[in-house]
Amino acid sequence: MELPIDYMTLRVIWWLLMGVLLIGFAIMDGYALGTLATLPFVAKTDEERRAVINTVSATWEGNQVWLILGGGAIFAAWPFVYAVSFSGFYLAMFLVLSALILRPVGFKYRSKRPGKAWRNNWDWALFVGGFVPALVFGVAVGNVLQGAPFSLDSDLRITYHDQFLGGLLGLFSPFTVLCGLTSVAMLLLQGATWVSLKIEKGALRDRAITYGVYAALAVIVLFALGGVYLAYGGLGFKVVGDIAADGPSNPRNAEVVKEAGAWLLNYGKYPWMIAAPVLGFVGALLALLGLKIKADPWAFIGSSIGVLGIIGSVGVSMFPIILPSTVDARSSLLVWTASSSHTTLFIMLGVTLVFLPIVLLYTAWVYKVLFGRIEVKALKTNPDLY
Amino acid sequence: MDMMTVDLSRLQFALTALYHFLFVPLTLGLSFMLVIMESVYVLTRREIWRTITRFWGTLFGINFVLGVATGLTMEFQFGTNWSYYSHFVGDIFGAPLAIEGLMAFFLEATFVGLMFFGWDRLSRVGHLIVTFMVALGTNLSALWILIANGWMQNPVGADFNPATMRMEVSDFTAVLFNPVAQAKFVHTVSAGYVIAAVFVLGVSAIYLLKGKWVSVAKRSMAVAAAFGLASSLSVVVLGDESGYALTDNQKMKLAALEAMWHTEPAPAGLTLFGIPNLKTHHTDMEVKVPYVLGLISTRSLDRPVIGILDLVETAEHRIQSGVAAYDAVEKLKANPQDLAARAQFEAHKRDIGYGYLLKKYVADPRTADAALIQKAALDTIPNVPVMFWVFRLMAAIGFAMIALFALAFVLVSLRKAEHTRWFLRLCVLAIPLPWLAAEAGWVLAELGRQPWAVEGVLPTFMGASSLTVGQIWVTIVGFTLLYGTLAVIEVGLLVKTIKTGPYASKFGRMHDAEEASPLQSGGLAGPAE
Repeated sequence: MELPIDYMTLRVIWWLLMGVLLIGFAIMDGYALGTLATLPFVAKTDEERRAVINTVSATWEGNQVWLILGGGAIFAAWPFVYAVSFSGFYLAMFLVLSALILRPVGFKYRSKRPGKAWRNNWDWALFVGGFVPALVFGVAVGNVLQGAPFSLDSDLRITYHDQFLGGLLGLFSPFTVLCGLTSVAMLLLQGATWVSLKIEKGALRDRAITYGVYAALAVIVLFALGGVYLAYGGLGFKVVGDIAADGPSNPRNAEVVKEAGAWLLNYGKYPWMIAAPVLGFVGALLALLGLKIKADPWAFIGSSIGVLGIIGSVGVSMFPIILPSTVDARSSLLVWTASSSHTTLFIMLGVTLVFLPIVLLYTAWVYKVLFGRIEVKALKTNPDLY
Repeated sequence: MDMMTVDLSRLQFALTALYHFLFVPLTLGLSFMLVIMESVYVLTRREIWRTITRFWGTLFGINFVLGVATGLTMEFQFGTNWSYYSHFVGDIFGAPLAIEGLMAFFLEATFVGLMFFGWDRLSRVGHLIVTFMVALGTNLSALWILIANGWMQNPVGADFNPATMRMEVSDFTAVLFNPVAQAKFVHTVSAGYVIAAVFVLGVSAIYLLKGKWVSVAKRSMAVAAAFGLASSLSVVVLGDESGYALTDNQKMKLAALEAMWHTEPAPAGLTLFGIPNLKTHHTDMEVKVPYVLGLISTRSLDRPVIGILDLVETAEHRIQSGVAAYDAVEKLKANPQDLAARAQFEAHKRDIGYGYLLKKYVADPRTADAALIQKAALDTIPNVPVMFWVFRLMAAIGFAMIALFALAFVLVSLRKAEHTRWFLRLCVLAIPLPWLAAEAGWVLAELGRQPWAVEGVLPTFMGASSLTVGQIWVTIVGFTLLYGTLAVIEVGLLVKTIKTGPYASKFGRMHDAEEASPLQSGGLAGPAE
């Protein structure tokens, strides 16, 4: 059967959709993760903490599905990317999973018992549940930019090299830590702008704004540092020779070599791609301004644009490479060599075009029902709150 | 492949999956019971039904959280521990998982927050719709997961592509309407409904035994009795067995759980009891019911049920054919234009997985001799004694549940349930049984598929990631500690919520008129006025 969209176009569409899902996750679940990462600092008393938790209590579950869907969609559309990254970052994935498992349990169980120690312990568990994923996801992106030590044999079985301490400590280098901190700052800003938008006006909101301002400044500085590192830090990979954009998905068909500064080549080739890093800075500045003048919706929108720009920058810098290998020139994963089959990409696009708008519609409806700020005094009267 | 890595990866998958499935079935069933209870509230507008809905809703919430949290592990684990599997079948297997997220999980997770926090923000009907969306989402979720799992049991609609060294989809409709997946879906969600019904029945029985919150307990018990009777019939009648005639591995599974070593003339008898002997390939002390197995599994009187040893012989032929397929793939790797190799591949491609079975013993299956092929063919027999006993455990509990709910239904209808103390005690004792049956069912399904990860396509040992044993031990110990702690907390909170009851806690309108009146008796909408 002849499919109405050609293979190359579908691969580019699915590369974009992978970006949409990751950005959707970072914006939507990012505010919930960021809110928890600010929890012990922004909120001091038990009541304040309950109020902050209740800014995300009704929506975090839906938000987390962005991650689950992201995982599922990468599995379906980019099986090599799913297989190599999830197993290559094995212990890091376990760390993220443990943190993410703590989070829902913390939400649900924290306020079910009155004890001070019980609640305080859960507050720290919630902090871990927000902070650790934010850090590890950033470190993982850093490792993707830096390249990972894996190779594929002719059966396309993956071998991992340099398994220093099970591969966990090997993930941390100055550059990847920089990426991790950028991610933490980005999600803290996302969380702080969310809290200032959703919590009643007063001291608690003012504290969220103060932390948000610091986070916005940190995002701007760290993101700029990241750019400098890409230019002068000796990082970068590029594809050698021509590769059929509609050929079979076999990573061994392409050759990718290390070349310092190569991550910035795309901006020369396609100048419009500069829009991504520009949005990163503009978004963070808009968030900063919005926080300063207490225009909460603008602060949150600005922060979300920043997320879009920063993650988008990583994507366009690397295109068409998705995950480069540092040990084997013929193992790197490319948009042209790591996708699912033509048919699967086509079917999954159809499913996504039908269901993603429906998801967005009912999500919008739920946010409309839940519209309004959380009031601390409502905690005493409204039995539904955590 | 390092077999220790494989075994540990299997152990971790089994532990995390069985743990995950402690919570999932209760979510599946309780969500629909909440819809029923809330519908009665919306129709009758009696406050007590709102109290009932919110009380079971709280228990639902405590359980739901762990189902979601441990589900994340399942979604990630294919990539972390089974990366070759993920590469090899991601083109087909990934799709239902992604669709599950998009179509089902978004639905349940987005609405579940509103279900708990939206009582005062929505109209009665509006809230009922939200509760229904949660139930629909959880059940659709099960559908897509079981389509994925069904494909592992019966991999239809896909072909091996030597250019990409993986299975690729050829007919997505066949994957969707896989008969094995459909049988599994009905069987599995029905099992979830039974678990929820027994949970509500048992907890209500505790209240009735103690004489506490009687009007809530009686009404809950009535819902559970009706819902449970329908689901326990469905789970047994629409059991999984209908799919067992389809493929070699499904046939092997059926033969193994019956410990049927030789093909029997049609219609085959059902073994009630026996002791499978692995050395002599014979089942000692058999007690058989004639005809029944043939009727159930082939839905006919004239088709035979194939025995284990005959299936091993088939496997031996398929391994020989698989070696030819393997040989062709190696030639195509070197030269994709090799027409002779292409023809050889097309002739043998459906057996490529059988060729891979030899990789357990030799790096290159083409070097295997006849003795090794015979050995690999014997590997296609799953663990017969475990299969035999686990199946009997599951089936016995299944029938016991039908009896329990039939009894409950009669007693509730006669309005005698609350005074029949031996029956109430029975209900409490029955609480763990359906969980045991559900876990046994998964052991049966997954152990019965061995040695395959995907039947006839990819042996389990090939699917694992090349991790170190140390790495996997770290995560097994980590998951055990984390999950163990959470289990203790979860059970503690469930017990606490059950002890505080539907009124002492935050959601009751204190003293509904109905609760205060001692004259009230059972029935769905209370007594005739």
